[in-house]
Amino acid sequence: MAEPLLSVAGLTVVYKVQKGTIHAVEDVSFSLKKAETLGVVGESGSGKSTLGLSLIGLVPFPGKILKGTVFLSGKEVLKLKKKDLRDLRGTGVCYVFQDPMTSLNPVKKIGDHFVEMIRTHQPKVTKKEALERAAKLLKDVGIPPERVSDYPHQLSGGMRQRVMIALAIALNPSVVVADEPTTALDVIVQAKILDLLVSLRDSYGMALILITHDLSVVLERSERILVMYAGQMVEYAKSSVLYGEPQHPYTKGLLKSIPNIELADQKLETIAGGPPDLLNLPGGCRFWPRCTYAFDRCPREDPALYETEEGHLVRCFLYDKSRGNKQ
Amino acid sequence: MTLDQPEILKVEHLKKYFPVEKSFLEKIMTANRHFVKAVDDVSFSVRKGEIFTLAGESGCGKTTTGKLVLRLAAPTGGKIFFNGEEITTLKGEELRTLRQKMQMIFQDPYASFNPRMKIGEAVGHPLMVHDLAKGAEKRRKVLEVLERVGLSPPEKFVDLFPHQMSGGQRQRAALARSLVLQPEFIVADEPVSMIDVSLRTAIIDLMMNLRRDFGLTYLFITHDLAIAKYISDRIAIMYLGRIVEIGDRDAIFSHPIHPYTKALLAAIPVPDPDRKRKATELVGDVPSAINIPSGCRFHTRCRYSEEICAEREPELVEVSRNHFVACGLVGH
Repeated sequence: MAEPLLSVAGLTVVYKVQKGTIHAVEDVSFSLKKAETLGVVGESGSGKSTLGLSLIGLVPFPGKILKGTVFLSGKEVLKLKKKDLRDLRGTGVCYVFQDPMTSLNPVKKIGDHFVEMIRTHQPKVTKKEALERAAKLLKDVGIPPERVSDYPHQLSGGMRQRVMIALAIALNPSVVVADEPTTALDVIVQAKILDLLVSLRDSYGMALILITHDLSVVLERSERILVMYAGQMVEYAKSSVLYGEPQHPYTKGLLKSIPNIELADQKLETIAGGPPDLLNLPGGCRFWPRCTYAFDRCPREDPALYETEEGHLVRCFLYDKSRGNKQ
Repeated sequence: MTLDQPEILKVEHLKKYFPVEKSFLEKIMTANRHFVKAVDDVSFSVRKGEIFTLAGESGCGKTTTGKLVLRLAAPTGGKIFFNGEEITTLKGEELRTLRQKMQMIFQDPYASFNPRMKIGEAVGHPLMVHDLAKGAEKRRKVLEVLERVGLSPPEKFVDLFPHQMSGGQRQRAALARSLVLQPEFIVADEPVSMIDVSLRTAIIDLMMNLRRDFGLTYLFITHDLAIAKYISDRIAIMYLGRIVEIGDRDAIFSHPIHPYTKALLAAIPVPDPDRKRKATELVGDVPSAINIPSGCRFHTRCRYSEEICAEREPELVEVSRNHFVACGLVGH
């Protein structure tokens, strides 16, 4: 099997705030191959964006990466010097942010964004060449090339997100992280942007990390899915396995709570309670207060990730084969 | 189920045009004024006890329609009837009395509460405004309604400030605030779109239970057709200020007719990795509501479009019982 392009092990990120320490991301591990899509799913505050940002060393203050390793094409990302990290952000891992309305500079033309991006990383490229490349990139994402001389406000939300994607792939990165790329967009535009991301992934041969709160989106478009809950990864599996045989009670609950328009008379269920306060986590498993399967061990010990079959990880005592479990 | 019920709300040829602000120079240079046609000739009716959904993309006029119905915005044209009585031009005291019967729940549970008002005060506020209860009587009513929306024990929640509650709890409080006046009709504008997925179902189920227990009627506004399918009795699909298709839930989802409805349905993500999805057929973006295309306003993006579509604006035509479609190629 080919060496994974990106591999993350034991990644732990905390935010030290006045009231204490927020464990935003704890012990996350996964790997990603070329031309593969990983879906990261979680509710607000589950740590999914922090996870994405930490891959390129961009955790916002007062966040700190405590533990873990991130290897990109054999290089340890978290140990890179500032300058190397900067190179990496253009050519290694690129980030598409959630809000296309605020991510572009309103007083700069679309083309100038490309010129800045390309020339920061490749100073030898002339402005004219950079603009030519911008026109080609815009064409690739479905925007008429003459729009390079428009300002951001002249484009619709969907077009702006296309520009953001074109910017992200401008230097041919090996991994693109798209953080809720379609949350601010309408459903038809959303479908088009997601189609575009997947087709670019194939034509540019890059890997894609799709971060979203919408399980439907990633079930449909990614090979593997990582489910986050209160900062921890609780399940990691192939999409078809996660859909067919979800194991973690939280994943099961999520799957039962999303409407599927192809099913007639679907009965939706709710996961009781709400996500925990990250400053005040329940003892033991972070999900146990909401879990219908919880038993006496859950509030007492922290569950590890158990591998239930090749490539399927679950953080739940129900799958701890080393000890008999009683419910 | 609700077909034999009387109409609680009826809207005829409703219009809302917002004038586009022009600079002084433009005003003296050009004579014609421009308008954003947010709602452009919309007619529908809602029966008592029904959940009627207005669905569409952002900018299609669904929220404006909701506000017009509640008289929170003044219509440019058209008529609104509530319980058979015309309310289009009600003013002052009459309008205030009417508002006891019609309430609204807003999308953003973080912005729709005064951060300095305790939940108990906020929920009791409508009682004060309408001079219906004071003191102990008011408190009793507030506690009762909080309990009813699942904020229990209510004694604990009355004294909380909005920031001390989660999004789901705040949306429950918003429901309580609209219910405290015992309304007949509630406009719910995207009530769950800002709430975490695992908590959405609970809010929706609560809304359904309240409908049953209080005999409520909802005008539900959403962009999320998967939720619309789960909750609605009837659905109207809006595009650029007009209703393009309207019918029973099953008719819309099983036999959609308008090309726009079909495209909307095809774009909804389906949580099933084994299903192969089709690429969306629509070209381009939604045109500007200032410069609405001639004829059928959808023809610029429609793959079935013919010459006639650019010339004539299609009316809603009944294609089967209670299922209406506005498409020049259907039923003419």
